[in-house]
Amino acid sequence: MYNPFSLQGKTVLVTGASSGIGRAVAVECAKMGANVVITGRNTERLNETFLALAAGEHLQIVADITTESGINSLVENLPKLDGCVNNAGIAQPLLVQQIEKQDINEVFDINTFAPIVLTQKLLSNKKLNKKASLVFTSSISGVYCSAIGGSLYSASKAAINGFIKGAALDLAGREIRVNSVNPGLIATNIFSEGTVTAEQLDEEIKRYPLRRFGKPEEVAYAVIYLLSAASEWVTGTNLKIDGGFTLL
Amino acid sequence: MELSQFIQDFASCFEDTDASEFTATTTFKDLDEWDSLTTLAIIGMCNKKYATKVTGAEIRESATIQDVYNLLTTKQ
Repeated sequence: MYNPFSLQGKTVLVTGASSGIGRAVAVECAKMGANVVITGRNTERLNETFLALAAGEHLQIVADITTESGINSLVENLPKLDGCVNNAGIAQPLLVQQIEKQDINEVFDINTFAPIVLTQKLLSNKKLNKKASLVFTSSISGVYCSAIGGSLYSASKAAINGFIKGAALDLAGREIRVNSVNPGLIATNIFSEGTVTAEQLDEEIKRYPLRRFGKPEEVAYAVIYLLSAASEWVTGTNLKIDGGFTLL
Repeated sequence: MELSQFIQDFASCFEDTDASEFTATTTFKDLDEWDSLTTLAIIGMCNKKYATKVTGAEIRESATIQDVYNLLTTKQ
């Protein structure tokens, strides 16, 4: 069957796969025919993702990619990849006047430093096939807009989008493409852990022209496009998925 | 954890309201300066100074500073 978006025969690493967008990316990529290597910190939840994957030659590797040893053991155990999707991330609202160095480290370690270090190690350990596609789950926040208490999160995501541009240039010679997806608010646990109230979320929904938050799989579909041969001439781009939020 | 210290920390989350206006029985949501930003500041303060996570809903359900203090003691 004709399908330029197929991931048949591709091996794709998905970080942050134990929950949220990462889990949806892993599940949808497997459905599109990819062999998926999933990684995350939580053994139990990572295994839940693993069990949800459609048939294929999948692997699960528990690792904390914010640590040198975690990232090294992950990379050592990886097969050659046609794609890498960086999803691991945290969002902890904090007002500017309350920011301490430790908070900056915590947010940047997971949102910014880990995906950059992982990219470097995939390259230096020759884990990327020619024409590989690297996808980063960034955000509308920091790139197109921000939110109250969101300065650190925005900074960490904007940094990723800067990285993508330079990396796309560095790797173009090897036909390795580097892109991001930039979602608006997606209904995942990252926002249901209590800092934001149900009333605030109801209020927030009104700011989305398409009248709802996104679903994790809707980000995954964009990731699939960027991993597939359909986007072979696309590099250094940000794919905004926000229900029209940033139009207003 | 001292109530008097907590009241000071609570007051520090407000920019314009004078610290003398804050007591254990202050119904903080009646203060002119009260808004979602101060909620966020209080959540941040509880997390940083008292290593305790409180939610926006819990703050909104509390009437006085004493209530928030009690909430923190039950969580610690």
